[in-house]
Amino acid sequence: MTDRASWYDEQAGPLVRLYALTRGRARPSPVLLDLLSLVTAEGDPARDPMLSPEQAAVLTLCRIRPRSVADLAADLDLPLGVTRVILTDLLDYGHIRVTRPVRPTALPDERLLQEVIDGLRAL
Amino acid sequence: MDYARSDRAGFVALKILVAGGFGVGKTTLVGAVSEIRPLRTEEAMTTAGVGVDRIEGIESKSTTTVAMDFGRISLREDLALYLFGTPGQDRFWFLWDELAQGALGAIVLADTRRLADCFPAVDYFERREVPFLIAVNHFDRARRFEAEHVAHALDLDPDTPVISCDARERASVKEVLIALVEHAGRRHAGRATASAAG
Repeated sequence: MTDRASWYDEQAGPLVRLYALTRGRARPSPVLLDLLSLVTAEGDPARDPMLSPEQAAVLTLCRIRPRSVADLAADLDLPLGVTRVILTDLLDYGHIRVTRPVRPTALPDERLLQEVIDGLRAL
Repeated sequence: MDYARSDRAGFVALKILVAGGFGVGKTTLVGAVSEIRPLRTEEAMTTAGVGVDRIEGIESKSTTTVAMDFGRISLREDLALYLFGTPGQDRFWFLWDELAQGALGAIVLADTRRLADCFPAVDYFERREVPFLIAVNHFDRARRFEAEHVAHALDLDPDTPVISCDARERASVKEVLIALVEHAGRRHAGRATASAAG
């Protein structure tokens, strides 16, 4: 745990290269800061040859149904920060739509929680 | 209208945190009920290393990667639970703020041999008013489980549930999740009543 050298070399090292994917930028759109914000593809990746492989992968993943920011980072096997910047570009280009998740504080509806409980029992 | 379908995306995603001391079985618990995947995040090392790692001489590197356990349980096409295992090391506390925001509730996984490991998590969720319960992970089935002892040792509010579980067993972890959702429902209902009265 106090092995300073490995924590620094193995984990910090690759980030330098990862940010090349975002052309050095690191500031995502605020709507993407929530791990559960939902991303829906609007565009057809095949019709935009300018998309990077990562951007095209996002559009493919979100085509059938929306996926959360956390899901996409795990799917793409990229850190959250990098994923968010890739998504910010897609948002700016109008290739994706992003909706904020429902907040539990905005969920007075017992029915929804009951649906969750029923769903868990049925698993 | 059905609430679950009334938001714009037509999809409801609820977040549940899994906290507890290092090695208590958080990864096991998340893996028992969901397809577990690592989720990586980057953090400024000057923050991440405060009080833990000496960083003199390596200031040129400013970020490090933290991996969290991340699991998804699809209950329906338009309804999913997301489980996030909080990073075990204290130096990643600041990550919890992002995770706790908007969380439905939290499971604090406990080992009765090392109850003190739960203190930081209990403190944190109490302060942020995140509904949580204590799930005592039974490493040894023969050991007696005393909810009252645990509640007393952790100085819990009387309405905080203390239940036992086996983090390896899917059915057991499902019961923990159900208990948490029920508890969160009671807490939200209580708040709604309080704000209507006040």
